Amino acid sequence: MSELLELATRVIEQANGKEGIEAFVARGTDTELRIYDGAIESLSTATSAGIGVRVLIEGNEGAQVGFAWSGSLDHEAVDRALREARENAHFASPDPYVALAQLDGVAPSDLALTSATFDELTLDDKIAMTTELEAMTRGGDPRIRQVDSADFGDGIVESAIASTTGIRVSSQRSNAFLSVSALAGDGDETQTGSGFSVGRSAGELDLREASSQAIERSVRMLGAAKVPSMKTTVVFDPRVTSTILSVLGGALSGEAVVKGRSFFEGRLGERVANQDVTLVDDPTNPLAYGAAIFDGEGLACRRNVLINQGILEAFVYDTVAARRAGTSSTGSATRGGYGGTPGAGCRAIVLSPGEQGAEEILGGIERGLYVQSITGVHSGVSPVSGDFSVGAEGLMIRNGAFAEPVREVTVASTMQAMLLNLTAIGNDLTWLPGAACGQTLAIADFQLSGS
Amino acid sequence: MPVANGTLVGVSIAPELVAPDVIDRVLAEAVARGGEMAEVFCEDRTSRTAMFDDGRVEELASGQERGAGIRVILGETTGFAHTADLSEAGLLEAARAAAAVAKQGGGGTNVVGLEKRRAYSTNAVRLHDDVATSEKLELLAKANDAARSVGGSISQVQASYAEGRRRILVATTEGVNASDDQVRTRFNVICVATGDSGLQTGFESVARTEGFELFDAVNVDELGRIAATRALSKLQARPAPSGEVPVVLAGGSGGVLFHEACGHGLEADHIVKDSSVYCGQMGELVASPLVTLVDDGTVTGEWGAFSIDDEGRPAQRNVLIENGVLTDYMWDWLRARKEGRPSSGNGRRETYQHLPMVRMTNTFLLAGQEDPEEIVAQTPHGVYVAKLGGGQVNTATGDFVFGTTEAYLIEDGKITEPLRDANLIGNGPEVLRRIDAIADDFSMMPGTCGKDGQSVPVGCGQPTLRITGVTFGGTAA
Repeated sequence: MSELLELATRVIEQANGKEGIEAFVARGTDTELRIYDGAIESLSTATSAGIGVRVLIEGNEGAQVGFAWSGSLDHEAVDRALREARENAHFASPDPYVALAQLDGVAPSDLALTSATFDELTLDDKIAMTTELEAMTRGGDPRIRQVDSADFGDGIVESAIASTTGIRVSSQRSNAFLSVSALAGDGDETQTGSGFSVGRSAGELDLREASSQAIERSVRMLGAAKVPSMKTTVVFDPRVTSTILSVLGGALSGEAVVKGRSFFEGRLGERVANQDVTLVDDPTNPLAYGAAIFDGEGLACRRNVLINQGILEAFVYDTVAARRAGTSSTGSATRGGYGGTPGAGCRAIVLSPGEQGAEEILGGIERGLYVQSITGVHSGVSPVSGDFSVGAEGLMIRNGAFAEPVREVTVASTMQAMLLNLTAIGNDLTWLPGAACGQTLAIADFQLSGS
Repeated sequence: MPVANGTLVGVSIAPELVAPDVIDRVLAEAVARGGEMAEVFCEDRTSRTAMFDDGRVEELASGQERGAGIRVILGETTGFAHTADLSEAGLLEAARAAAAVAKQGGGGTNVVGLEKRRAYSTNAVRLHDDVATSEKLELLAKANDAARSVGGSISQVQASYAEGRRRILVATTEGVNASDDQVRTRFNVICVATGDSGLQTGFESVARTEGFELFDAVNVDELGRIAATRALSKLQARPAPSGEVPVVLAGGSGGVLFHEACGHGLEADHIVKDSSVYCGQMGELVASPLVTLVDDGTVTGEWGAFSIDDEGRPAQRNVLIENGVLTDYMWDWLRARKEGRPSSGNGRRETYQHLPMVRMTNTFLLAGQEDPEEIVAQTPHGVYVAKLGGGQVNTATGDFVFGTTEAYLIEDGKITEPLRDANLIGNGPEVLRRIDAIADDFSMMPGTCGKDGQSVPVGCGQPTLRITGVTFGGTAA
């Protein structure tokens, strides 16, 4: 048994007769490095750990739940978390749907989420790699006038969950990333572009890919201007698609649905998207950045088909939301570290790829806007109403090819309309950091707002 | 010494966190192998949240975190390490880890004797621990009832209460030795209204750097009713317009426009890297002459206020733009050192696990002289924004977006139909030049500002004002 699981188990073993207890323990070790102008701007290394404890008090009208967390694993901090969770539980309303996760017999997938070669590169190697990334980006094109920062980070996170309902799980994962942010300049004008590479160890990272993305994305924006407002087809870059699918995942959370906070409420079994749309949340896919063996309550993560050929088939659930909705957990509890309680969410959304690659999709569009980045997602996209309005920059598409660069415009629609107006789904699946895979996507009937 | 928030008191919180002689030895260790400056930042934070959702007290949560972040500066390089172990051994280990970047350096730095500690108390009158939990929960039930009473179309209400106390201690080899005790309280209501047009949401919040006395001045029923009314009104809303329109921003709408249009671009970390449109603009006209913009950490009780920043520097009031002319940027220790000037008290960090950087505090536009109703009456056609949501900016290009959460059409100088939510997009310097009217009203709004992965509480404020043209990102052609 891992050290963290032993600790979690010791906590839940203190349960008295009417109590249910769940302990979530996590510990992470991280290195973060930033290079600027050929030198180390900052280097930090640290280990952090903490525990989150949920206590349920069973009663005739349901269970009361309380939660407390501590950013330390010393005895005093752990005892305090348990004590406060108990106190907090007494103030919650009894709720018949509140319960801890029950083992459901689904076998955990056999995923290797920690790289066997995580320690292969030394700190000096990582410094050298990030320095090279910065230099390669600065020197990669005469129009690059500045590299804001070149960053590297890697780390290992271990976590364990134990509960009085018999949950005993622990897992470990490693991750590594490189990112670079470039400024292209021409006279008074500045345009920006970023590039990154992610993996499970430093050795897997591709600095050339990160660098070339940042250069291409910033340089091709030089000369960008606002265009007149128009109704148009929009083609999203894989990164933007990933962001949009992540927001869509919020509307597919069974917790949001059962509490009347999703535009998908009451639409199960209905056509919500065009028939090419099959959307799956599959954290058992080892390629997914959000791949996981266990969910935030210790149940096995599993593949869930949410939209099948345009028909809304299912939502993702944690235990409490599932009980409220009269169904069972889909192994989709997520939690924001030891300081958060479980909720229902997607980890690894994939939209089934179509036949065409990015170039073919672009080639078929007479006039449209290719969007390489969006802003204002948190202020302009609502998974409740489905309203969608974001700042956009990218390139006009004319006669199937990239034309002039465009900035300072917005594109707007609704998520409901976007799912129905999908005209092409790329086969260029790109796994990106976050809860969803990216690919090129063409959607008709956006309102572009410009001059 | 300016003391606007807490009071300078003789008693220090330090004995509870780390003893003074331990701090001395940790700083000495941090610079033993080189380094020009070392800093120990100790933090103890507690928080408690209560959530009322779907008609019941769903969850009470509480947490505690304490630890120290140690940084060592050598030339242009910062070494950083943090630890939750506040014992002398734990701190010395972190000091050595932070100093690892200084391994090339020669010789140690002399540690300047620490100045007498400047210890600030909180300005909170009613500390959260002195208030019964039941009293806090009653507020949630009241807000829920008030919101639901607004109408049958209100289908869901979520009310949340959050309290936090953050005690910090900063000591450096330059002699800085200061502590602060920051108490914050927040209350949010989010409502969903259901109608033939689908679901719409309404949000209202209050958040201040003070204790439970916040609720002496704030009526939570009112917060619930405002959030509910906002959601309801949008059920009948028309799609927002598309394209450039004149926009009147209400005094109570929040100052997120300035936070995004120029606030971030005036942070010195972007300036020293030449990644802001406001680089090299000092002394230049960067906005309409009507614009005077201030960032002020000393406004007692505001969400972005404190006695000392997270580098131990007292909060101060900084005029950034005066009558349209750029007068200063915002500075932390590191960027100020580069320019040979003092910090402006804008060095902040989310927790001890983060490095400080330049951040805003309370950023606001000073009031003008016009009547807010006259400004609307003199706008033949446009959009009236009653409440703004969040925003985002690219400081290098100056392009920024900000979202509306309550907006109406202006037709013939009158506020008419409600509009659905949308983002607006503009370019900072361009939009600031297009402000042609500023009213004599004023109001602040709390927010959470995210930058480089760190979130800190900030205040934003402005009077009613008009922008002659900004691009509205709605769906109405």
